[in-house]
Amino acid sequence: MDVGIVGYGVYIPRYRIRVEEIAKVWGDDPERIKHGLLVEEKSVPGPDEDTATIAVEAARNAVKRAGINPQEIGAIYVGSESHPYAVKPTATIVAEAIDATPHLTAADYEFACKAGTAGIQTCMGAVEAGMIKYGMAIGADTAQGAPGDPLEYTAAAGGGAFIIGKNGGKTIATIEGTYSYTTDTPDFWRRDMRPYPKHGGRFTGKPAYFKHVLSAAHGLLRELELTPQDFAYAVFHQPNGKFPLQVAEELGFSNEQVMPGLLTPKVGNTYSGSSMIGLAAALDQAKPGDRILVVSYGSGAGSDAFSIVARDAIEAKRDAAKTVAEYINNKAYIDYSTYAKFKRMLVR
Amino acid sequence: MAVPRFWREIPSRYNLIGSRCGNCNKVMFPPRHICPHCRRIGKLEPYKLKPRGKVVSYAITHVAANGFEDQVPYVLAIVELEDGPRLTTQITDCDPAEVKIGDEVEIVFRRMGEEGEDGVLYYGYKGKLVKP
Amino acid sequence: MRDVAVIGVGITKFGELWDVSFREMIIEAGARAIEDAKIDGKQLDAMYVGNMSSGQFIRQEHTGALIADHAGLVPIPSTRVEGACASGGLALRQAVITVASGIHDFVVAAGIEKMTDVLSGVAMGALATAADQEWEVYVGATFPGLYALMARRHMYEFGTTEEQMAMVAVKNHQNACFNPCAQYHMKVTVDAVLNSPPVTLPLKLLDCSPITDGAACVILAPAEKARKFNDTPILITGTGQASDSISLHSRPSLTSLRATTEAAKAAYKMAGVGPDDIDLAEVHDCFTIAELMAIEDLGFCKKGEGGKVTQEGETAIGGRIPINTSGGLKGKGHPVGATGIAQAVEIVQQLRGEAGKRQVDGAEIGLAHNVGGSGGTAVVHVFKRGD
Repeated sequence: MDVGIVGYGVYIPRYRIRVEEIAKVWGDDPERIKHGLLVEEKSVPGPDEDTATIAVEAARNAVKRAGINPQEIGAIYVGSESHPYAVKPTATIVAEAIDATPHLTAADYEFACKAGTAGIQTCMGAVEAGMIKYGMAIGADTAQGAPGDPLEYTAAAGGGAFIIGKNGGKTIATIEGTYSYTTDTPDFWRRDMRPYPKHGGRFTGKPAYFKHVLSAAHGLLRELELTPQDFAYAVFHQPNGKFPLQVAEELGFSNEQVMPGLLTPKVGNTYSGSSMIGLAAALDQAKPGDRILVVSYGSGAGSDAFSIVARDAIEAKRDAAKTVAEYINNKAYIDYSTYAKFKRMLVR
Repeated sequence: MAVPRFWREIPSRYNLIGSRCGNCNKVMFPPRHICPHCRRIGKLEPYKLKPRGKVVSYAITHVAANGFEDQVPYVLAIVELEDGPRLTTQITDCDPAEVKIGDEVEIVFRRMGEEGEDGVLYYGYKGKLVKP
Repeated sequence: MRDVAVIGVGITKFGELWDVSFREMIIEAGARAIEDAKIDGKQLDAMYVGNMSSGQFIRQEHTGALIADHAGLVPIPSTRVEGACASGGLALRQAVITVASGIHDFVVAAGIEKMTDVLSGVAMGALATAADQEWEVYVGATFPGLYALMARRHMYEFGTTEEQMAMVAVKNHQNACFNPCAQYHMKVTVDAVLNSPPVTLPLKLLDCSPITDGAACVILAPAEKARKFNDTPILITGTGQASDSISLHSRPSLTSLRATTEAAKAAYKMAGVGPDDIDLAEVHDCFTIAELMAIEDLGFCKKGEGGKVTQEGETAIGGRIPINTSGGLKGKGHPVGATGIAQAVEIVQQLRGEAGKRQVDGAEIGLAHNVGGSGGTAVVHVFKRGD
């Protein structure tokens, strides 16, 4: 495999709501929630933001870092479970807004929280096959959690965009390999025309998240003959703060390897954006030669694992767009009633 | 707004495509079809404006325009772009009390509205304060 | 070109006229003008009707012929004229040009708007169609919003205060109390204006003109024939009209309406007068800031001093240059298409000395200033006693 990341960008909305603010509404103990989920606050989209606007901002940042002519992007895939339209692609909005139209292919993906990494794999294949010069994969969501559901504490908004191309001078990181593990496991779903997802409670843990993330990680390490010690960073899908730390421990990764890419405590679960933003956070810090493990997870269920090695070009491109930390630190807190207004739970 | 009417302006609404007169070099936004200075001898070509500017004036809207009711209070502003032209836009992601004349603004991509519950969604530009 | 005189004026009560239809309003204003002119309706040659948006307000277009029909004036030519809130002023100008040219002798200039047959939100949306739909309204601009942008910039450039703007409302409400046809007979205080609900800050509810039903009508004649009908014909000695970009952001200044300065220049030149010769003026105060900008742009005070001269009482009745003795759009009401004609009615009544408690003593020369949208159209007329 001879493909890599040419550019990347993220976007996280400015608004945050604290766990305490949500807990107050439902009579929950905020400390128990914060310890149980390892989440302090989550991002909230503004009233004029949706998955398309988030995807566009992330994509524009990726183009800035890549420093390429967007007309050379031959494919755009936007993975999300909150596409603004049920029928009509988000990807065309992104393509138009980054001036990549019209000579490209585009489509929307859905695979719960891993639709973004599925897009990366599609781009890798198309680049490797010589079908396209560059492909862009985006994972973005304005995640839905029903009021009062534990998901409400974590369901957040954000997105990450990656431009994939052949390894060369512009490549900031090489993708050494990818491995997927997929079964039919209904741990979390949203039926057609329903506003909020349902989930299997504790069933989302062992037979779902852990089984798939561990299997994909093991598969990739085995195939590439690597061990946890070979990696500087490890990023796992982060529905909460706790799951990725548990899975890291089970695989033999240390907190030092995981913490730089663990954003849930400050941002919440950005669903399709989650592992994408985690990878971006690792790339924001990585030195040339650093190896990064990324394992996404999408309910339903499947995991995509990647091994990525940072290259020299990363240093020069890092500051061409806003970093994950900049987005995390630029925040404004809102109360629950403003949150309800922004999320259109208050209908006029 | 009817779908074709929105759709045909997408380049300007998404990417700030204005016009530049090949004769006097003046940059215009929104795009024009004839240069008001050179008229017929002017040759207008599409020109992509830089998404940066400054607040020339602002107003805090409490009684919304049709379709913007859910967003009150919102800040309406005239922004002078670095390339020269001015545009009317909202300043998003801010406490209305934060905005001042002269503030630096970057242009971002936002949802502008929708054609009813089952109609198309409209996207376009808004300003966002650039914090020093 | 022939000199043109006003021989008759008529106006309805302005307000929320729930029980009166579009057709009844225009007939009422027209009948009063005909009575005032002591002319026989059969002598009328042509009609221009200023109307901004009957299509949106009452879902009726083709109102030129409709009005001619219901006024019993068929088959005379009847033409609807549209320039947003300047529609009435433009109708007057067309009538002046027609009489001056010699094509017709007795020409009606009417204005009407029936605004309360729709909910206020719909009316607001209809009014907003006078702004640039693609690049202003699409992003969330409203009319108060556009004028608030001008107000904020005026405050920034010249130190104008919200109190000074409020004083425009106080004065115009005061004047309206003496005008029987005004929508409001209600005084307001500076505090009441400042504490009224926010519309688009810095503009509050009492900085804004209301939604109004109303109609007004004037009858023009060649000056040489005017005296047969009226002892005090009022001459229209100057008319000027100018256009500008309808979008505020496309104009170089937010604090001056170029259309106003250009229209005024033309009207003053034609009348052979300057701002110092004007004894009183009706200006387009759709919002309080608009009056401050208008008196500056018309040359009644220096640029930026509109607030100051208002505060010092110079624009009150009895002041140096009384402005909006009728109550203006703010106090009398603003049935958009009728406003330009209603302004002419007020100036004619003042110059005739028939303005009752709001009379400006010894008024010889008056001016009417009507604006469309946020300044895309302006029209200015200069009036003079004919004796």
